[in-house]
Amino acid sequence: MRLGQQTTRPRGRDIRQYGRWVQIGVVILASVPGTVAAAADANAVGLADACTSCHGTGGRSQGYIPSIGGADKAALLRELKAFRAQTVQATIMNRIARAYTDAELETLADYFSSTRRP
Amino acid sequence: MRTLSRRRFLVESAAAASVPIAGSATAAASGPRVVVIGGGFGGVSLARYLRRNDPKLSITLIERDAQYATCPFSNGVLGGLYPLSRVSFTYRQVKAGGIEVINDAALRIDPAARTVALAGGRTVKFDYLVVSPGIDFIWDSIQGYSEQVAQVMPHAWKAGTQTALLRRQLEAMADGGLVVIAPPAMPYRCPPGPYERASLIAYYLKAHKPKSKIIILDASDSFIKQELFMEAWARLYPGMIEWVPGSRSGKVMSVNAATMTVSTAFDDYKAAVANIIPPQRAGSIAIAAGLDQGTGYCAVDPVTFESRVHKRIYVLGDATIAGEMPKSGFSANGQAKACGRAILADIAGVAATPAKLLNICYSLADPQYAFSIVDAFAVKDDALRLTFEDNRTTPLGASDEEHRREAQSARSWYANITGEMFG
Repeated sequence: MRLGQQTTRPRGRDIRQYGRWVQIGVVILASVPGTVAAAADANAVGLADACTSCHGTGGRSQGYIPSIGGADKAALLRELKAFRAQTVQATIMNRIARAYTDAELETLADYFSSTRRP
Repeated sequence: MRTLSRRRFLVESAAAASVPIAGSATAAASGPRVVVIGGGFGGVSLARYLRRNDPKLSITLIERDAQYATCPFSNGVLGGLYPLSRVSFTYRQVKAGGIEVINDAALRIDPAARTVALAGGRTVKFDYLVVSPGIDFIWDSIQGYSEQVAQVMPHAWKAGTQTALLRRQLEAMADGGLVVIAPPAMPYRCPPGPYERASLIAYYLKAHKPKSKIIILDASDSFIKQELFMEAWARLYPGMIEWVPGSRSGKVMSVNAATMTVSTAFDDYKAAVANIIPPQRAGSIAIAAGLDQGTGYCAVDPVTFESRVHKRIYVLGDATIAGEMPKSGFSANGQAKACGRAILADIAGVAATPAKLLNICYSLADPQYAFSIVDAFAVKDDALRLTFEDNRTTPLGASDEEHRREAQSARSWYANITGEMFG
């Protein structure tokens, strides 16, 4: 079973679209100096720590993997939920997103939207 | 110990201050002293994580070597994709980030006195100790193999000079030679590593020595991402790579370095280049401290990574028994952050909560062709178990474009994880 084949949009466009969200995020976020949002509670940090192994410290990525630090919260959450629902295909995020609940995805979107943009 | 308050901590620390020790430069820092043994994925990730989250801690990293070459991406050096310098790092940025780095070998841990004795004669005192020594080899498990023979038949399973040696041998080999790669039985560091290695060596041979062959003499009967590797080999290197499973006499029993012979129970192979990967166990310092309880690897709490043997001593990475988490740089990096968070919770006097742990592992079959496996872990029955078992890998029959994206992702991952450690 490969759920990812029920894709509704071509994956390449999604990655770029996603990248644009990060780049043009219109809001000057209440950005936290330093690499980790100090105010974030311990559970949020425990969730978010795993993401930075690929997306870079503070969600600031070098190269192909998108930066998620300072992303627009609503856009990021929409993307994460779409990955989990297998309605958008990504390189590996479709597979990873299955490990997270709605509440966890919300926490992550909240966390990374409040870290500094790249 | 997990409920120890900062106040009690200071009391204990004050009491300990009467013990004469060879103090470190940063021992005067106001926070508790965290000592880390091992400057690899576990140790460096932990040290950087703690420093980023607590400017007051005294953090000391003990690492034998002045330079570190990562095992991830070292197969690209063997394939001639880039030089060893591409995967080599110094501890300059780690030091600049406010971590004391002692360039010495840790000899002994005294859990009662909470000290680490170094080869150079110093003794370092700790409040928290994190042991992340990686693996050492069980040399005598293959007859005729030894640390000396590894200069002729390299393991290249710790990156650095061994990687450079194996690369030189591949470059010097005549066209038509036989390259033997011999992985041990599980568990060992980086389970897909031998097969990625075969792929990238084939990439080099196909371009430069196309009459050559690679034979994988395997102690196991199957391997991770097997169908994806087989698919890639049939497509990219038809006829070049042969895999002999353990059940078909694949397991290497003995070697003869003088004649370059590699022997299984029934067959002898005359190798031009022999890459012998011996069975492994936790790094010696962990064994010497009894952290492995005689099993070769160290049992840990699946939330905090505290040793099951000694309180306030934590073990990370390849040296641990971490349930279903494989021995990988990615695993060690995630464990380091979970452990760091647990240490900070302990200092704050609150209970540690579980972290989300992942393992994401890309394998390159050539510079533009990669595939991956994605694992998520959660604590169940006091052990780390896979959250889901299905659809963890890149699907078979993926397009060239998908494999190319995975290769790009792999390079980006490498830049980001090494940036978190050494950047």
